[in-house]
Order: sequence, then structure tokens, then C-alpha cells
Amino acid sequence: MNSSGGKGSMSTASSSAAWKAVDSVPDQFPAGLRVLVVDDDPTCLIILEKMLRTCSYEVTKCNRAETALAILRENKNGFDIVISDVHMPDMDGFKLLEHIGLEMDLPVIMMSADDGKHVVMKGVTHGACDYLIKPVRMEALKNIWQHVIRKRKNGWKELEQSGSVEEGDRQQKQSEDAEYSSSANEGNWKSSKKRKDDDDETEDRDDTSTLKKPRVVWSVELHQQFVAAVNQLGIDKAVPKKILELMNVPGLTRENVASHLQKYRLYLRRLSGVSPHANNLNNSFMNPQDETFGPLSSVNGLDLQALAAGGQLPAQCLATLQAAALGRSNAKSSIPMPLVDQRNIFSFENPKLRFGEGQQQLMNNNKQVNLLHGIPTTMEPKQLTTSQSIGNINMQVASHGVQSSQNNSSLINMQVAPHGVQSSQNNSALMQMGQPQFAHAPRLPLSLGQPIISNGVAANVSTQNGIRENIRAPGYNPVPQTSSMLNFPMNHASELPGNSFPLGSTPGMSGCISKGTFQEDFNSEIKGSVGFMPSYDIFNDLNQHKPQSWELQNVGMTFDDSRHSNSLQGNLDLSQSVLVQQGFSSGQMSGQNRNAALVSKAMLSAGDSTEPGNPLNASQHLNSLPVDNTIRVKTESVADVTDNLFIDHFGQEDLMSALLKQHQGIAPAENEFDFDGYSLDNIQQDQINGIIRTDE
Amino acid sequence: MDRNRLQHQVACMRRSLFDQGYLDEPFIQLEELQDDANPNFVQEIVTLFYTDSARLIQNIEHALNSRPIDFDKLDDYMHQFKGSSSSIGAKKVTNECTVFREYCSAENAEGCIRSFQQVKQEYAILRRKLEVYLQMVRQAAVSRTA
Repeated sequence: MNSSGGKGSMSTASSSAAWKAVDSVPDQFPAGLRVLVVDDDPTCLIILEKMLRTCSYEVTKCNRAETALAILRENKNGFDIVISDVHMPDMDGFKLLEHIGLEMDLPVIMMSADDGKHVVMKGVTHGACDYLIKPVRMEALKNIWQHVIRKRKNGWKELEQSGSVEEGDRQQKQSEDAEYSSSANEGNWKSSKKRKDDDDETEDRDDTSTLKKPRVVWSVELHQQFVAAVNQLGIDKAVPKKILELMNVPGLTRENVASHLQKYRLYLRRLSGVSPHANNLNNSFMNPQDETFGPLSSVNGLDLQALAAGGQLPAQCLATLQAAALGRSNAKSSIPMPLVDQRNIFSFENPKLRFGEGQQQLMNNNKQVNLLHGIPTTMEPKQLTTSQSIGNINMQVASHGVQSSQNNSSLINMQVAPHGVQSSQNNSALMQMGQPQFAHAPRLPLSLGQPIISNGVAANVSTQNGIRENIRAPGYNPVPQTSSMLNFPMNHASELPGNSFPLGSTPGMSGCISKGTFQEDFNSEIKGSVGFMPSYDIFNDLNQHKPQSWELQNVGMTFDDSRHSNSLQGNLDLSQSVLVQQGFSSGQMSGQNRNAALVSKAMLSAGDSTEPGNPLNASQHLNSLPVDNTIRVKTESVADVTDNLFIDHFGQEDLMSALLKQHQGIAPAENEFDFDGYSLDNIQQDQINGIIRTDE
Repeated sequence: MDRNRLQHQVACMRRSLFDQGYLDEPFIQLEELQDDANPNFVQEIVTLFYTDSARLIQNIEHALNSRPIDFDKLDDYMHQFKGSSSSIGAKKVTNECTVFREYCSAENAEGCIRSFQQVKQEYAILRRKLEVYLQMVRQAAVSRTA
């Protein structure tokens, strides 16, 4: 629009390329903004497309959410912003929103003819950057570019400001507010965002469009240092400046630490069950970190204990988990501790998950199995097959796992519904699945892990809080391939081919997964403690091959020990627990563990859904899981809440369900875990409660 | 002359469509979107609207005739219909849709059936008027200035 070139030139690829390039001419902006518009109403879709074209934007339209996700996944950096309708037949708009936020971290604008306050609120809580009421006016569309800038700016702000502690803290606080999309913070978020925007508006305006914020790769080591510093200071007293000093890493800025801390806090928050004061839980996790660090099982156990200690884990759950962890005879027992833990955690945190039933089920492994059945966790094999980066997988898994706000539990359920038995085999299968994949996955370091984690976390989070709905952890595509994850044998030459758990139905997902950065970094370090991996834009990182693999590594490691994981109970729980354990048990590994957890989760689910050919069957390592988790982590970011843990959960659940399904001979696919949050929702809801769309 | 006269007629009809509340602001946006690249944009959109509406109306009919009535589904269909009719600025149709949705949320079958009749009626009226109007627009466009 402001380009003199006018519409015509803007819509050409060259102009969009110019816009994309780092050093693109700022003058053209916002012309050439790449918009993806999703609406099932053909009339509206055409009108929107035309309006956007008139604004000199580059428009891609699609009438189905699944298609949109596929497009986004295949073309990771191909879009700047997404506009989506709320009511769509194949997937709820909010689910899509969550997916996108977790996997791609793009600004999403929701629109609807519905202007009811609760719907608009839903948009906010799910992380939409704006909500337009239909019929949409051209004027409203002209300014959507602001959301792209704002998002970038928020990222930049931290990087650019090297100000005083006060300033930084303030900023961080604002960021935190901004990121915490929970309803409680919405007001703060908005005002803080506004403040931030106002502050830097003039100065950043010209630059943000062309600047690419440098990303810090939070490697395993780095994260370990970070967590160690945080622990040393005490989670409540940990401020970026001090953490930075303690870490003493050259080149690391206070802003980097601030944003990482923010995510970490979110993660912790989720772990503690949505409460911002997750002190109990955190402490329990954090403190015994070292102790629990040990073997995975111990880690798992630790988590359980920690959880139980924190009062968060119901005694029953704990018992169940432990039983499971110990590999008791029943199917449940086969659930690896971490998984179980996670499950419990999950259920614990969100009793609703299972819609009540779930809770019981969680306790009762058997029940869970049933649950799992019900839950359509389809870790579709197809997804696994793609050799996409793990990150993708994660995304998918994560996106899948997390359900819309409506059913927090549904998401969880989904994951948990590994159909059935979580026999250790299953779990391991899943895990293994990941392995091969991971090894090969495009060397995306942690970044993969991260996403997973976020996915998982996100998933968890959502279930836990109603707010978290965004977590759609479909991203869980348990990347079974991650065998590498566990052992970080990244050397697998195989790309995460299809292992990438079929996150969901979206084909695009697999692509993501194969990024495989996981593999690389996972190595050894992960002792089974899952690091807390906030969903740092894993996906972004993935693309950039950031060495986020530490996350994955962790995951891988953890799963190795924990193999269990995917017990039906709840992949979610598992992931959670794994994450928790991992992350907390070892301060250092924290990030890693998470990844591992995530991955394992992912893997589990992946294993499940994948078809026979999947690595699931092949490998019994949890390795694969980690991948998944990572992915999950990422999806979480929709609401800006990168609750990795959450994602992990989902991944695990998915994995579990996938596993279960598989083992039970249930056809994985089904819809279920296609990361079609929608179908999962349905299934879950059906099972548990009323489904959103049931006839009741 | 012919053209001028036609254009004058087009303008009059257009004004009356707005004055009488059949059309609203969004329709103006559609007209503004029409340009050399899309010279028949308005017609295309309207045609698309007809097709989509036909489908939705059929779905609603079906849902209204089934027993027991699924109000959720009904609301869903009507929501879609309302969305697309408001997108083209079909004011009266949109208003009737709103009334229908109110009955629907109250699960008032009778009310739904009655208001749906209104919806269909307004839709039919608008469609006729639009067809006449757009035809006039086409004629004016191709007419020669005497």
C-alpha cells in the first residue's frame, strides 16, 4: 500500500521476497506482507482475498484449517500473518490458532460474525493478536501489519535493550505479562504490550520490519547453566541480570536471559498447575534435582515424589505412577514412570482432563487404557514417515495434543488415549520410533526439542488451565525416530522419516518433525532429567537449526531410562512427569530432560499412530519420544505460553495413545491424533463429557 | 444518452436499495473492490453468495424438518448464512438471521420455523432486486454513449 509500486508489484513474488529479506527495503512495508487467510465461507474468503490484495499484501487463501496447517508447515517461513475464521467445519478456529502459535509462532487474527464477549475473550486467551468482527472492513485489514511488527518488536525489544536492570526487568515483566496469556494476565498483557509498543514504536518501526532478531541457541549446556544459576538464586529471586552474571557466558545478553527466564517461569507455572506460584512444585522439582537425576526411573520417581510432596500429585496417582513406573504387571505398569508421572501430573493438575473419568482412569491404569482408546490419538503413521524435522513433528504433535480451551482435558485425553495398553512394549516402541528418526533428523538441535517441549507443555498447560487451550499439542508427533534422542545417537542416518509421528492429520507435520535437530545434540548429557524447555520458538529454531537439541537430548536420555512413558495414563502425565523430573531433577539437564520427555512423549504417540512400518515397532527406545516432546513444546507458544512441560505431556500422551493403539491393534489413524485437535476433541469429549458438538 | 440514462437508472436503483435497507455498507466495499483487474467482482461475489446460500438454506430446511431438531446444528448453519450475507451487505437478510438465531438459542422450534420463512423471503426479495440491479449495471457498462 505505501509502495509506489502499487498493488501489482506488491503481489509479485519479488516484492514479497523483498519483504522477506532481512535487508529488504523498509519503504515497501507493509506491502508484500504475506497473509494466509482461512475461512470456510467461500463468499467471505474471496472478499477477504480481494481486500488484502488491494492492500498490496500477498495473499494465500484456503477454506480448511487442515489445509492451512499443511501450507504453513510446508512453508515455514512463508507467511507473516494468518487470518482465520472462528467457526470452521473441520477444525475449530481456536484450535488452529493454538496450532499455529505453537508450531509457527505467527501472529493470528481471528474473525467471526460472532461478536459476543466470551468469544472475543476466547480469542484473547488463545493468543490471537486481534479479533475482527464480520463483515470485515477494508480499513481493519489495512492495519494488520502492525501485528507482525509488534510480534517482532517484542522479540527485539529484549535484544535491543541493554538497559539497566530496572529497565530490563520492567521489560521482562512486560514480556512476561505479554506472554502469559492466561486470562488473569490479559489486562496486564495488553497494557504492557501497549507500553512496550509505545516506547519503541518510533525507534523500532523502521527497523523491525527488516531486522531479523538474532536468536540465542539455548544449548543443553547453556540451559544447564541457566537452571543452575536460577536454582542458586532461588526461583523467586532469579532476575535476569543476576542470572546472567552467574552464568558468565560471553555474548549472552540480559535480554536473552530474560526471555529464557520468562519461558522457564511459564514452564514452572504449568508444572505447578497453572498457578504462578509454583513454588511448591518448583521447589520440589528443583530441589531434588540432583538427587533425582539419576536413572530415569529414579527421575521419574523423583518427580512423582516431588509432585506428591508438593501436594500436587494425589497419593493415588503417585502410587499408580510408581506402580507403573515399576513396571507392574498390568498394562499400566508398563507405563514408564515418567509417563506416568506426567500423566499424573497432568491429571493432577487438570482433573478435568479426563473429564472426571480421566481422573479415575489415571489412577487406574486400566482405565486409562480405556481412555486412551477412546481418545483418538492418531499418531498417524503418515506423519511419522516424513522425515521432517523433529521440530515439525513436535509441532504437529503438540498442536494435536492441545485442545481448544473447551476441552482442556480433551487434549490430554487425546494423548492419553493411547488406546490401550501401554505395555512397555508399546512405550518402548514409541520410543524407539523416535530414535531412528531423530538420529537423522535434520540436524536441528534443540530447537526441535524445544518445540516439542513447548508443545507438551502447552498441552499440559492448556488442560490445566482452561486458558491453555492453545496447547494443541498436536505437534506431538512422537517422533519415534528419536531413538537418537534418547541416546542421542543422532547419528542415525535416517531422517526422521515418517517417524516423525504423524502429528496429526496434517501432512505438513511430518515435515516439521524431520528437522531432526534433535538428534544432534542429544547426547549423553541428558541424564534423564528433563530440562525445562520452554517453548522457545523451537520451530523457528528448527528452521534455523539452532542447537536447541539439548532439549532433545534430554528427552532422549530420559526416555531411555524411562522407557515407559507412554503408558496410557496419560501421555500427558508422563510427559509432564518426565519433564518435570527431568527438568527439575537436574538443574542442568533441565532443558534437556524436557526435551527428552517431550520427545519420548512424542515418540510414544508417534509410535502409536504410526502404522506398522513405523519405527515404533522397530525400536523400543524412548528415544523417539523425546522428539515428540520437543515438538509439543513448541506448539504451546500459541498463547505465548511456552509451557514446555505441557507439550511434553501431550506428546507423551499422544505417544502413549499411539502406542496403545498400536499395540492394541487399534488402527492408529484415525483421526485421532492427527493433530486434529478437533477430532480429538470430539472423541475425547464424547468419551468423557459432552462433546462440544454433541447433540448431547 | 442511452448510457447516461441507464447510468442514471442504475444510480437510482442503487440508492433505493440502500435507502430501503436491502443493502448496507459492505456492499459498497464490494463495489470499491471492483476494478479493472476484476471488472465483474460484484457480480462474481453475489453469484457465489447465491450458490452458498442455496446450500445453507437447504441444510437449514433439512435440519428444521428432522426430529428431534438439532438446534446446535441449526445455529451453526444460520451462523454461516448470517456471516456470508453480512459480508455482502445483505442487511435485511442478516437481520432476519439474527432473529432466527435468537429463537434457535431459545430452542423455540416454532419461532425458528417462522423466522426461517422470513429469512427465505427476504433472501428471495434481495436476490430478485440484485439481479435486476446488476443486469442494469451490465447494460449501462456496455451501452454506448449516444
